[in-house]
Amino acid sequence: MTTAAARGLSPVRTVLDSGAVVIVQETLTTPAVTINATVRAGSVHEPADRPGLAYLSGRVLDRGTEHRSAEVLAEELDDRGVSLRVATSRHATVVSCTCLSEDFDHVLAIVLDILRHPVFPEHEVSKRQVECLSAIRQDEDSPSVRAVETLFEMLYGAAHPYGRRAKGTVESVQRLTRGDLAAFHAARFRPAALSLAIVGHVAPDAGLRRAAVELDGWSGAPVEDPAIPPPPPALERRQRVIDLPGKSQSEIAYGFTAIRRLDPRYDAYFVLNNILGQFGLGGRLADNIRERQGMAYYAFSSLDPSVGVGPLIVRAGVDPDNVERTLEAIDQEVRALGTEGPTAEELAQTRQFLVGSIPRTLETNAGIASFLQSEEQFGLGLDYDRRLADDIRAVTLEQVRAAAAELLHPERAAVAVAGPCQ
Amino acid sequence: MGSAEPSTLSATRREQLPNGLTVLVHEVHTAPLVSVWCWYRVGSRDEGPGRTGASHWVEHMNFKGTRNIPRDQMKGLVERFGGMWNGYTWVDQTTYLETAGRDALDQLLFIEAERMANGLYEPEECESERTVIISELQGGENDPDQLLDQEVTAMAFRAHPYRHPTIGWLPDLRSMTRDDLYGHYRRYYIPNNATLVVAGDVDTDDVLRRVERTLGAIPSAPEPPRVSIVEPPQIGERRVVVERPGTTAYLKLAWHAPAAMDQDFFPMLVLDAVLTGAKGMNLWSSFRGAPPQRKARLYTRLVDQSLASSVSGVLVPTAQPFLYTVSLTAMQGVTLSTLEAAAVDELDRVREVGVTDEEVGRARRQLRARFVFETDSVTNIAHQLGYFETVTGPGFFDELQSRVARVTVADVADVARLRLLPANRTVGWFLPLQKMERQP
Repeated sequence: MTTAAARGLSPVRTVLDSGAVVIVQETLTTPAVTINATVRAGSVHEPADRPGLAYLSGRVLDRGTEHRSAEVLAEELDDRGVSLRVATSRHATVVSCTCLSEDFDHVLAIVLDILRHPVFPEHEVSKRQVECLSAIRQDEDSPSVRAVETLFEMLYGAAHPYGRRAKGTVESVQRLTRGDLAAFHAARFRPAALSLAIVGHVAPDAGLRRAAVELDGWSGAPVEDPAIPPPPPALERRQRVIDLPGKSQSEIAYGFTAIRRLDPRYDAYFVLNNILGQFGLGGRLADNIRERQGMAYYAFSSLDPSVGVGPLIVRAGVDPDNVERTLEAIDQEVRALGTEGPTAEELAQTRQFLVGSIPRTLETNAGIASFLQSEEQFGLGLDYDRRLADDIRAVTLEQVRAAAAELLHPERAAVAVAGPCQ
Repeated sequence: MGSAEPSTLSATRREQLPNGLTVLVHEVHTAPLVSVWCWYRVGSRDEGPGRTGASHWVEHMNFKGTRNIPRDQMKGLVERFGGMWNGYTWVDQTTYLETAGRDALDQLLFIEAERMANGLYEPEECESERTVIISELQGGENDPDQLLDQEVTAMAFRAHPYRHPTIGWLPDLRSMTRDDLYGHYRRYYIPNNATLVVAGDVDTDDVLRRVERTLGAIPSAPEPPRVSIVEPPQIGERRVVVERPGTTAYLKLAWHAPAAMDQDFFPMLVLDAVLTGAKGMNLWSSFRGAPPQRKARLYTRLVDQSLASSVSGVLVPTAQPFLYTVSLTAMQGVTLSTLEAAAVDELDRVREVGVTDEEVGRARRQLRARFVFETDSVTNIAHQLGYFETVTGPGFFDELQSRVARVTVADVADVARLRLLPANRTVGWFLPLQKMERQP
């Protein structure tokens, strides 16, 4: 029996005259549709003196449009069981939701209305501003957030677009005005910066037709993306400790700057990260820190290659008394893999796992929508889901060894530890 | 119900093997995947004094090697098929899952058979896992909301073992022995206390044959003891205040709630949707992310009025009466007494005046949609089948939609009046002590 997923995806992609990209993938699992509208408007696009602008814009974007008040939006979405998510990342604002297929036309109209015609009402701006300040204060009390944010600042420097906090600071958010939000929207929310993915129980031609209707009349010159400067070179080991009294556990974030998503070494790095800190419970790191030493509930690594050079980050949460032992264990695993590379058996296991997990990644509508958006963002091609397996199988031991030798040097690692200092 | 009915779920086959193992098979042919879940009727409610956390620790041990799968060969068994695996323990249940390519089925059944019958519980592995679990506990305590939840739950129950955290109390985790764990494992990990669920790109008859072959020979054993403790009615409001270094204040209001099988459960579920937005009923997936809640009572009153930065409500279907909990994060500069007064005022209004037709209609529509969204993968489908079989017994899951559709405005008003009584309430405050940061 050949299932749809075994044959691969069959998305239909259209570029409208305005430059907006619409991608529709029909699936039949549930009578539901996921809508994912990604606009190239993230924290890297905010003016250097307005940290937190993209994040706050995302919080207010869906609080009233030229056609629908906040009250009406709330009613139209809540009545259909739809929770709209507006997520702001370094490079994009993503408005996404899942609705019943019977509500698709209406919900698509709402999503695109929000993208095109937000009015950023003054009173909503001030309310969400206070919410953002609360969120920043909550983050300040979270050891994991503090460790990771500190690590990014150490890896990139506070002035780099990847080095600063996406939510901004208490001071910078307080300074933001309705005018800032409206100007950011006018500059960044253009059809040529939009990629709209529609995945679910909807026929491709019907999905495209509805999208074209809702996007009609929207125009605007393509926006130019700022260049992401390379991260500063890491010449030595750096370590910072953030003391958070009263916490039970210390959070460790340890890392290096790695590669861009479009780097030709991407597949080798992807495989390398899996071996170091993903496979099974968390690769070699969890084997050592969790399984052999019983020190942590989680120890893993993650690779986040982006438009610019993204990091590889090792994370673990441990008893404050075990921080030093854990750092030694991380150093040991990082050094061993960097020096010797993986074994042929590890590589074979990891390749088999990564290839085998593709259908799982593409099982749900939301999973497919994210995958299609990633294809679009990096220009990977509509057949990427079918090429991916071969790409992974083609990774050689030499390539992974070379990647490990380039990247994994404990003496150049940045280390942030947040937790109680006795 | 129209096109939104997840009608495919009604086609589940339910069989019982001679050894008492319940088997549920559900075919889904949209992806070349299979999800296997093995459920045990044992959770933190089944733990006596000094043994809290045993069920969860046993769950951890069941990933650490069996007679025929040595510890060092555990890794990679599921990954070979591109699969993921996991497990969780809660008050009523412990469960294990694997979702992988459909060719993995025999391997996954073999793992579950080994887990049921042949766990090793080597002393050094128990010791190593002790500190892993303590680390898990301490990680949870780093989150003020989780810490407060633990304190409120412990305060709300006087007698019933639902009061202790699933992860256990720290002194018990320090003192429990290998034999305590192994005894707990042997008592509850028997086929007549388990449900095996298979959902995915499979043929039902073929699955049943394979299950019989792999798990059919595991002998049944005497029924494990069941908790017979009944929580006495609460007769007055209870309060707990946690003071810790921090930046943010949190408030929790918890009421004793109906069990899943109680006739008040569905009206309560609708009431929660009216108050905080409908989540759905999938413990595995529905509580990730915010629900549709901008028209919800407590959202409009507390978040829209800038008293709280978030509100959430949790009502989970449980075998015995658990809690309905509303959690609030105070906005910076808003005191907990102000926030609590506003929350209680709104809840009193619901108790006195009831809710509107419009609110109940919206809640029902939300729940109808959420039931579709939460069965969007073989993993989620298998979870739902196994969860309700284990917690409520057969038949309940098929009726979710119709039971919600039958809830009336009067039903919701009744449960609000009877259940949200101040005397049935436990209030928890997390008060952040300022000056939380020292210079290292």
